[in-house]
Amino acid sequence: MKFTEEHEWLDLGDDNVVTVGITAHAAEQLGDIVFVELPDEGRTVSKDDEVVVIESVKAASDILAPLDGEIVEVNEAIVDEPGKVNKDPEGEAWFFRLKIEDVSALDDLMDEKAYKDFIGD
Amino acid sequence: MSETLSKTNLNELHLALGARMVPFAGYEMPVQFPMGVLKEHLHCRAQAGLFDVSHMGQVVVRGDRVAEALERLVPVDVVGLAEGRQRYGLFTNDTGGIEDDLMIANRGDHLFLVVNAARKESDLARLRTGLEPFGLSVKLLENRSLLALQGPEAEAVLAEHHPGVADMRFMDVDTFPLAGAECWVSRSGYTGEDGFEISVPNAAAMDLARALLDDARVAPIGLGARDSLRLEAGLCLYGHDIDTDTTPVSAGLGWAIQKVRRNGGARAGGFPGAEAVLAEFDTAPAMRRVGLRPDGRAPMRDGVALFAAEEDDAPCGRITSGGFGPSVGGPVAMGYVAADRAAPGTPLWAEVRGKRLPLRVAALPFVPAGFKR
Repeated sequence: MKFTEEHEWLDLGDDNVVTVGITAHAAEQLGDIVFVELPDEGRTVSKDDEVVVIESVKAASDILAPLDGEIVEVNEAIVDEPGKVNKDPEGEAWFFRLKIEDVSALDDLMDEKAYKDFIGD
Repeated sequence: MSETLSKTNLNELHLALGARMVPFAGYEMPVQFPMGVLKEHLHCRAQAGLFDVSHMGQVVVRGDRVAEALERLVPVDVVGLAEGRQRYGLFTNDTGGIEDDLMIANRGDHLFLVVNAARKESDLARLRTGLEPFGLSVKLLENRSLLALQGPEAEAVLAEHHPGVADMRFMDVDTFPLAGAECWVSRSGYTGEDGFEISVPNAAAMDLARALLDDARVAPIGLGARDSLRLEAGLCLYGHDIDTDTTPVSAGLGWAIQKVRRNGGARAGGFPGAEAVLAEFDTAPAMRRVGLRPDGRAPMRDGVALFAAEEDDAPCGRITSGGFGPSVGGPVAMGYVAADRAAPGTPLWAEVRGKRLPLRVAALPFVPAGFKR
């Protein structure tokens, strides 16, 4: 598992497909999540494009594409039930799957220990 | 967090309860407790919630003919307010805009006012300038805290501390000993639920709060849920739904101006901006505050522009408060729309993140009020 400074986690699976979600720390900071808008499957994105909107009871936040790639799958279950993001942010409540060209781009991201240091945990 | 923030007398309690603190109107206040905004909101509607609202201004005005004198500053029937009763009021300015909203209680030998935290200094200046020349005294109480106990179980909880509170009706005010101190209790609140607001001497505030929280039916509630509760109840937030550019009738607050203060009434006018304010009863204002229900699930927040048609360029209104309504189970909002678009059910469009999304005008409140009349 890799992590961004935007509090996303990335999990590399087969065929260069990375599953992306937000960290438990981010979900806790955001508070109760009440709305999720996901990108269209098949969309090509560049790093730092705004791809997801999430709204908590307090405010709206954007989730940025962590890397260049193509959105190959989105998790409609969290659109129907946004509260899942608070319940299981690093498991069942993943956001989207991104097919990336260059797997070595993941090397620049934080590992779990570096992320924990980053959030001061 | 800035070191210049004031703290209420319950600050330590909030921290001990695990609150997340935020700056609000110059105070460090709890925005949520570990329960979280959503559950706090639902708990308050189902049982009872305790709010620290000590940041609000508590003001005592006293002197000869104090009610007549205050009527020079508010478009409210203060003279007709019976002893032991409270009434919602507004400060207006010379152009009829709203300077603040407040509660006015007749406590026998004085009037007790509760004003918004962010408007405290401005309101005090207004009161002093307007009332002191007539020999009245205006005193901001720094020695009392203010708690609100709200929800369907509030009466049963507070009655265990003094049975007399159960006999109060909505908007009654009375004095009771609670936590061993003289408390000024009103049956009112800012949630749409039955409940009480309790002015308690600072020295007893912590004891009273702890005693109320010891009751299993009571949970501490932060500013986050306070906002969603009042929004569902259709209640205005000063600085958002009403401000110096909005007028009482346009804001849907004409009911707060009793007949006796309107044109043709025995004490018509005589408050700042009276001509402009009262004219709006006859010539309907161009804009109206309304409730709004998005058709979809996306919350629509303060500042979102509203359009009569999906392709319109010019907006017909704007949202002034909005978010997720936990009891409604979906997004809710309030805002101002052109008077011809203000009927409940009228379809509108909102621009959210560059997209036009459908919504409808809705009747307020979004949840039925639980007041004990």
